Amino acid sequence: MAQAHSNRPISPHLQIWRWGPAMLVSILHRVTGNGLAFAGLALLLWWVGAIAGGEQSYQTFISFVWTGAGSPLAALTAILAKLVLVGLTWAFFQHMASGLRHLVLDIGVGYELHTNARWSVLTLVFSVLATALFWAFVLMPR
Amino acid sequence: MGNGTSIGRVRGLGSSHQGAHHWLLTRLTAVGNLILIPYLIVSLALLPDFEWATVHSWLAKPVPATALILTFINTFYHARLGIQVMLEDYVHEEAGKIAAWLLVNIVPFAAGAFGVVSVIRIALGAA
Repeated sequence: MAQAHSNRPISPHLQIWRWGPAMLVSILHRVTGNGLAFAGLALLLWWVGAIAGGEQSYQTFISFVWTGAGSPLAALTAILAKLVLVGLTWAFFQHMASGLRHLVLDIGVGYELHTNARWSVLTLVFSVLATALFWAFVLMPR
Repeated sequence: MGNGTSIGRVRGLGSSHQGAHHWLLTRLTAVGNLILIPYLIVSLALLPDFEWATVHSWLAKPVPATALILTFINTFYHARLGIQVMLEDYVHEEAGKIAAWLLVNIVPFAAGAFGVVSVIRIALGAA
């Protein structure tokens, strides 16, 4: 792009400004959204394709993503996949909360500094709590 | 007429007049996701176990199958819109823009189609 080679003044960027919650929530919205899009949807497709493929292909999916049974590779990926699953759950709740925040901002309210910071922080609190509650419920003995 | 500089008009730069539609579709699919994804994760969390037979027979029912097909259409469209915005911000070279344009217009539809076909296979009893 033309401006990349010009000597004209450029606007201050991330390293100049003092970080606030709104900035963190903004970049997290992009990071979680792209994480869900690439890792989350890929995993969802693998899951549904494995179910459609029959019991054996579903067992392969489960061993690679959860139990780690059957091969050393599966044992390794099952550990990573658990981290990915918890990460994706958090990413979903964070993206949903900051997305709801965006819908509110879209109608033109919530821009006062303290209000904006408070709701930004609340999306972070919500996503961590919701992730913990979700996994506590799923892993609860039934 | 009358918008932008003469050279800008000749080069075809400036507003494409499609931004509002992109913006609105992002919100529309976001609201769809707000219903579909909680339905999916709550349903999964409430399953008695995660054996193949349990998950398969749940997914073969009309409402879950319909919901999951809608989920694939809606999430892949929403993801496609968001990834486009991300690429527009970070990809500046012409070749990269063409690659990105191909990526966001082909991959999500191919992947979504695979998901829809998988649900149809489950719902219609093939295994």
